[in-house]
Amino acid sequence: MAEKTKKKSFYIAVWKRLKKNKLAMIGLSILIIMLTIAVFADIIADYDTLAIKQNINIRLEGVSKEHWFGTDSYGRDIFARIVHGSRISLIIGIFAVSIPLVIGGLIGAIAGYFGGLLDNILMRLMDMLLAIPAILLAIAIVAALGPGMINLLIALSIAGIPGYARIVKSSVITIKDLEFVEAAEAIGAGTTRILIRHILPNILGPVIVQATLGIASTIINAAALSFIGLGIQPPKPEWGSMLSEGREYIRQAPHLITFTGIAIVLTVLSLNLIGDGLRDALDPRLKD
Amino acid sequence: MAQPLIETKALKKYFKSPSGSLHAVDGVSLKIDKGQTLGIVGESGCGKSTLGRVIIRLLEATAGEVLFEGKNILKYNRNQMRNMRKEMQIIFQDPYASLNPRMTLSEIIAEPIKVNKLLKNRAEIEKRVTKLMDTVGLAQRLINSYPHELDGGRKQRIGIARALAVEPKFIVCDEPVSALDVSIQAQILNLMMDLQEEMGLTYMFITHDLSVVKHISDEIAVMYLGQCVEKAPSDQLFQNPLHPYTKALLSSIPLPSLKNKGNKRDIIKGEVTSPINPPPGCRFAPRCPHATEECMVRDIELIKAGDEHFAACRLYGRGFDAE
Repeated sequence: MAEKTKKKSFYIAVWKRLKKNKLAMIGLSILIIMLTIAVFADIIADYDTLAIKQNINIRLEGVSKEHWFGTDSYGRDIFARIVHGSRISLIIGIFAVSIPLVIGGLIGAIAGYFGGLLDNILMRLMDMLLAIPAILLAIAIVAALGPGMINLLIALSIAGIPGYARIVKSSVITIKDLEFVEAAEAIGAGTTRILIRHILPNILGPVIVQATLGIASTIINAAALSFIGLGIQPPKPEWGSMLSEGREYIRQAPHLITFTGIAIVLTVLSLNLIGDGLRDALDPRLKD
Repeated sequence: MAQPLIETKALKKYFKSPSGSLHAVDGVSLKIDKGQTLGIVGESGCGKSTLGRVIIRLLEATAGEVLFEGKNILKYNRNQMRNMRKEMQIIFQDPYASLNPRMTLSEIIAEPIKVNKLLKNRAEIEKRVTKLMDTVGLAQRLINSYPHELDGGRKQRIGIARALAVEPKFIVCDEPVSALDVSIQAQILNLMMDLQEEMGLTYMFITHDLSVVKHISDEIAVMYLGQCVEKAPSDQLFQNPLHPYTKALLSSIPLPSLKNKGNKRDIIKGEVTSPINPPPGCRFAPRCPHATEECMVRDIELIKAGDEHFAACRLYGRGFDAE
């Protein structure tokens, strides 16, 4: 009895619920393995001799003892490139989603909560961004800023903002008219408190799903930019550009895209599983 | 006479709508004395809930005054209003929607205390929450439950505890029992009446349920389309309703008696007229059996028709004498 009335932390409760979700735990394990590989990439495979050093004699070789995943059209070890590429791809995937999520979410929350003129101004700005296809917008931004990792991140982030702003705004509108928000106003809670304590926790579901799905498309978008030479510059390994390189040899050497594809799929899958699990774990209404 | 705790003067709230201005509350003047309960009755859409929200400034009034202990709170700025929030609270109709599903019971009850910085120490807050739970009859074992784990009656008790947490003087009760089972309704009503006695609370009790309002109110105001059409002490209103709308409303209460079998009732004909840009005159005139052309000419004020009994009808007071 005494145990039950003891105050439990919200985050501990969420973690306990998440732990019960087997799929989310599988996703989390995959992600942790990926992150470990990214962190210890230099120990696993040497960057200079394996990942970027070209060797024309062993180009397009299949799976072997020396080259676990084979070699690419320049004779570089694909395993080493995937390992080192994970650093770039994971950083792009995570940052180019979390940055627009925060900025877009804030814009959407403000627009949805206050409404009126402010809403109109903010959302019309978002519409302007939305009117240009994300990839075109990113190309324009990178072309203006010049290629490079940081500029790529900036471009992808800006392109991602309107999507999150829209989804957060529509969710905020449905929540803000509920009586518990009114109750919070009645007890004198300020706007910030209402937004953070009452509205945001109740819109996390759709936002988390959108964000986890967004990571996948962001990695692909980054690849598209690398493909046309505006993203990560060769010979730096990046999953997206590796995929587009491998596309040319899909008939002779399918292993080029197979392994890179598997790496992308595993990352995306793990994030989706975690996202689904988190959405459920954050909602106390669902049965444990 | 002592100063009323809360008083409204010609309070108006208009909403903009695509087809014109919607007169949700249209010139309501009421008084509630300290420790009393004013029941507000009326059918759906007559503006009773809007009135309650305007009085505690969850909605901004279009015109008029709300006096709390003699001071017009509609003129208060943000900071002054923040202090006022401790004096006036609201209990909502729907206990499912009025509690944040992501917060535990203790978090919900503690929030008003934290927001208003009434207590700083964590242990003190916890003690106060436990005490409030006792007050409203919630078992201590529920302290870490989420709202969805509880039934409607318990949820409504949380809502009451949240309202009481800041020790208010005045509480707007917006149909607090209409979403509950009849057996639970009685429990909650009795709890609210006990609390009123213990803490000297003043209630404005909004409902469409006439038996509930009779049970709890000292005074009753009947609303029709944003206006108060009759106001009287509870027993007087039930014994001697004056306004034709009130009469029709009261005669709609079914009497469980065989003797009344076959008795005719005054049933109102027609539909509620639109509250959007209403024409001048009595709002009830289009459906009123006694209406004359005179009723449609100008708005009719509340007229004193007896000791503390007011009715907004030409049939009483001066209008009646002239006829």
